[in-house]
Amino acid sequence: MEYFLQQLINGLTLGSIYGLIAIGYTMVFGIIGMVNFAHGDVFMLSTFIALIILMVLTQVIGITPLALALFIVLIAAMLLTSLWAWAIERLAYRPLRGSFRLAPLISAIGMSIFLSNLVQVTQGPRYKPAPTIASEVITLFQGADYSVTVSQKQILIVAVTAVLLAGFWYLVQFTAIGRAQRACEQDRKMAALLGVNVNATISLTFVLGAALAAVAGLMFMIYYGVVHFNDGFVPGVKAFTAAVLGGIGSLPGAVLGGLLIGLIETLWSAYFSIDYKDVATFSILAITLVFLPSGLLGKPEVEKV
Amino acid sequence: MAIVAAAERPAVASRLAAALRDAAGTALLALGLAVPILALRIDVNINNQPILRPRWDYVAIAVGLAFAARLAHLLVRPTLTARTARPQPAAPTAVRARLGQALSLVGIALLILYPLIVLELVGQAGAVKWIDNFGVQILIYVMLGWGLNIVVGLAGLLDLGYAAFYAVGAYSTALLSENLGFGFWLCLPLAGIFAALWGIMLGFPVLRLRGDYLAIVTLAFGEIIRLVLINWVPVTNGYAGISGIPRPSFFGLPFNASDEGFAAFFGFEFSPLHRTIFLFYVILALALLTNWVTLRLRRLPIGRAWEALREDEVACRSLGINTTSTKLTAFAIGAGFGGFAGSFFAARQGFISPESFTFMESAVVVAIVVLGGMGSQLGVAVAAVAMIGGTELLRELDWLKDVFGPDFDPTQYRMLLFGLAMVLVMLWKPRGLIGTRSPSIHLRERRAVKAGLVKEGHG
Repeated sequence: MEYFLQQLINGLTLGSIYGLIAIGYTMVFGIIGMVNFAHGDVFMLSTFIALIILMVLTQVIGITPLALALFIVLIAAMLLTSLWAWAIERLAYRPLRGSFRLAPLISAIGMSIFLSNLVQVTQGPRYKPAPTIASEVITLFQGADYSVTVSQKQILIVAVTAVLLAGFWYLVQFTAIGRAQRACEQDRKMAALLGVNVNATISLTFVLGAALAAVAGLMFMIYYGVVHFNDGFVPGVKAFTAAVLGGIGSLPGAVLGGLLIGLIETLWSAYFSIDYKDVATFSILAITLVFLPSGLLGKPEVEKV
Repeated sequence: MAIVAAAERPAVASRLAAALRDAAGTALLALGLAVPILALRIDVNINNQPILRPRWDYVAIAVGLAFAARLAHLLVRPTLTARTARPQPAAPTAVRARLGQALSLVGIALLILYPLIVLELVGQAGAVKWIDNFGVQILIYVMLGWGLNIVVGLAGLLDLGYAAFYAVGAYSTALLSENLGFGFWLCLPLAGIFAALWGIMLGFPVLRLRGDYLAIVTLAFGEIIRLVLINWVPVTNGYAGISGIPRPSFFGLPFNASDEGFAAFFGFEFSPLHRTIFLFYVILALALLTNWVTLRLRRLPIGRAWEALREDEVACRSLGINTTSTKLTAFAIGAGFGGFAGSFFAARQGFISPESFTFMESAVVVAIVVLGGMGSQLGVAVAAVAMIGGTELLRELDWLKDVFGPDFDPTQYRMLLFGLAMVLVMLWKPRGLIGTRSPSIHLRERRAVKAGLVKEGHG
């Protein structure tokens, strides 16, 4: 029982990271119906950006309160990653909007390969260790032979995710920006006729998705303590799985899917086989797409001819 | 006359100024993008502590490239569009078809003579590199490209897990020879059949999915197969791979120095080159077989159905074509050729490990098909030569080390350029570099469908 509880805590932490990335997939799919294959690599890029800024702040400038440094890193990483996502959308996706249907996906695959190799070439192929942050462990309760613990960084990750998701939820549900976004999602042509700037709204969707991916990137960097150029692919596919499982296009679905994938992965590793944990996720992706294409919370899709 | 010239000059000057301003803006954006990731490199010192090393030269190069590319794009494009807008006198299609046939015959003849030409030009010592690294390596990718072209180019199904079938072919050859003692020539057809069966097995549940979902699921299957190969250690030996796979023999004659060997039988002096040249002809034959089968299939109803499916799935279904079985045959046949290529790969290397079948491998093959022009046999071959041959050439560019320093490795930039090329081809020539797509069947007269005129429906 204690063991299970411990895995639950670990799974929720991992799940909130996946959920943050999954929102980027689900929003972009909702608004332009495209699988943004490069999103995982944008996330990977943000882990590097976050680590570099953190090191500049602590080693070069010498900001001592770690909380302040982390806050600056969070904001700066969100802004810089968003700039990347904006540029990618502008250069590689927007010109393809009238093209044949697989064109944006192929372009996104090219972009994904480009990004991961750019980081490999410029930052080197090795794992980069990050400084240890907030690793003190709090014992929740002492079992007979197993004690359930939670580390400060797990609390940090879940808390930051919850706060930012609440802010994001407000942005999408109750502001003009969010209304424009939902309008474009329903009918792009009609939204344009009614005075919504469709291109700007789509750009904003990418920017918001990337900003949340950057949050996930910082959390991932803190949680695992290493960054690597290839760490965009597998987390990216897992987050996409989360988006599909929750119902692609649905924001609460993405978060729910992320938490579920995090839990499934952790429990699978704990009780079955750690070697096959990625196989479990990939199988869930295939099974969901084949048998439950609209996911848990998604609306069934009507194909228009 | 003079007035016109005077009026034109400020126009050109203002166009140049506008282009410069625009390019400066692009350079500024590139600066913003490059500084956070390129300017400081994370390195590890002796105590395994991360330290930062400034690399402002990377930033300068990136910004310079962005400025130059944007400026060139702005200045060259109007002249280019003006040129292509002029109607081009098209050669009569019959003449062009005859010409194409003659050219392909000359090409095949050249390929058959290629090892001999190489031997003549560079001698025994240098020939292995040219025949093996360039000839065999490129032909493997030509074959993979043609195999995937059936799935992506003809049937319009984006398969991101093609390396899985390549892996099935390679591992079935390795396992059959290791456990049952089969030779290469028995393994080859079996590998193709197994791969095709896997294609059907994986394809059956997923083929009713839409294009991009299908792509993601094939990616997932590709990764699952690779992970199983890594983790099922008792059978596949995991990361360590399988070695000692038997090499192909020449009608029972092995390529070795023994008395029963190929060289002794024909009275040649033994040379390891014989095997290399033989492998070259084997893969050449396999690749040409792939091409021939594809060309013949396109003339059968099933090939026509594939092309119809690619153009418009809904129309296809309403005309009574069974889309599931049509897709499934494309998937199975494409997978089968991937299996042949994998079997050859295993026999050529003598050693295989899961490292050779990563997502990047699938991505390279997809990139070849996309760049060459989906559906164009010649385009795929040209793209394979350019990309794989280009990679091999990058290894040869030692003089770049003198320019950029000793730790500069040009091969690192291979995938970077692949990725960029995929994006650029989608932007400019979505039908690929050799990019006119001509449907095999047509009403009254044959019309090439230009990239710009194509707008696909669902499928």
